[in-house]
Amino acid sequence: MAYERSESSGADDSADSTALALKILVAGGFGVGKTTLVGAVSEIRPLRTEEQLSRAGEFVDDTGGVDQKTTTTVAMDFGRITIRSGLSLYLFGTPGQDRFWFLWDELSQGALGAVVLADTRRLEDCFPAVDYFEHRKIPFVVAVNCFTGARAYGAAEVSRALDLDRGTPVVLCDARDRDSGKEVLIRLVEYAGRMHTARLLDTVG
Amino acid sequence: MNEDSTGVGPSVPGSQWYDADAGPLVRPYAMTGGRTKPGPSNVRFDLIALVVVDDDPPGPAEESLLGPEHRSLLALCRAVTQSVAELSADADLPVGVVRVLLGDLLESGFVRVSRPVPPAQLPDERILREVIDGLRAL
Ligand SMILES: Nc1nc2c(ncn2[C@@H]2O[C@H](COP(=O)(O)OP(=O)(O)O)[C@@H](O)[C@H]2O)c(=O)[nH]1
Ligand SMILES: [Mg+2]
Repeated sequence: MAYERSESSGADDSADSTALALKILVAGGFGVGKTTLVGAVSEIRPLRTEEQLSRAGEFVDDTGGVDQKTTTTVAMDFGRITIRSGLSLYLFGTPGQDRFWFLWDELSQGALGAVVLADTRRLEDCFPAVDYFEHRKIPFVVAVNCFTGARAYGAAEVSRALDLDRGTPVVLCDARDRDSGKEVLIRLVEYAGRMHTARLLDTVG
Repeated sequence: MNEDSTGVGPSVPGSQWYDADAGPLVRPYAMTGGRTKPGPSNVRFDLIALVVVDDDPPGPAEESLLGPEHRSLLALCRAVTQSVAELSADADLPVGVVRVLLGDLLESGFVRVSRPVPPAQLPDERILREVIDGLRAL
């Protein structure tokens, strides 16, 4: 794994003993409210990352050196919630389309869990994210952003429509509302804790 | 998706690949000398890896040789221990560029980097409880 390298090359864990950083992903289709949610619960800042196109499998340019390679910039929502000195939650809101998987692969490494935002008018937009986290066994909750004008569905209906594994929490929320956003994160952290404990018991028994 | 809204000209191969979530095509690597990966140490800085200044840094002579971007990163690290993601946002530089520059600073002994939380090792229940209580109290 990539991390092992960093240990043998001068990186050390001295900062770990004093500070703990936890990572939560916020995923979902375009316009579902990712930026709104991250902004409601944290001090949000835009973050730019970039990838070489060849990594995305669309455009391979091997005519020259590295400076010839074209990269694309992808904007992410990045927010930090300080729980206390030395304990912070970092939120990353990432585009939910499958062509951004390269970003997710990195972000989901070591992530505590994920929030999949859903809009009941376009539920299928969150299928890729649900599949992604299910396959990688990353704990996630589905947060239904209750836009005005959208017919109200119950959590159970959404759970059935998405064919979620039993136990995966579905939370109705308003992404603009801080308390509502906090509740979504709390449900996720609780669920991630339960999942983790269950897995530990599995490996022991 | 409307191609025009991306600001990418039709002559760019693969331009249909983008939508409003993707920025324009750029070549942000001028300040890293065309490098897209950190130097020989090959560290891939995790976005939430914390960067701290080394308590035994090289002297002012060596520091004076650093480029402006290296210095501004170093200044940010000195102000407060922060994550790679925060450094990138604060310095207004793309993450990839910041990784290369941090690689330089690590190799020349200006900074140290924490190891990210290993994937299989979730924080214990006490920490999670603390996070939940902290969120409630926000
Ligand atoms: N009425 C309503 N509008 C919302 C809600 N959440 C987000 N929006 C609006 O929907 C639009 C898209 O939200 P945004 O957070 O940018 O979506 P993103 O593409 O997932 O980041 C914005 O104009 C928001 O103001 C909500 O809960 N209710
Ligand atoms: Mg957004």
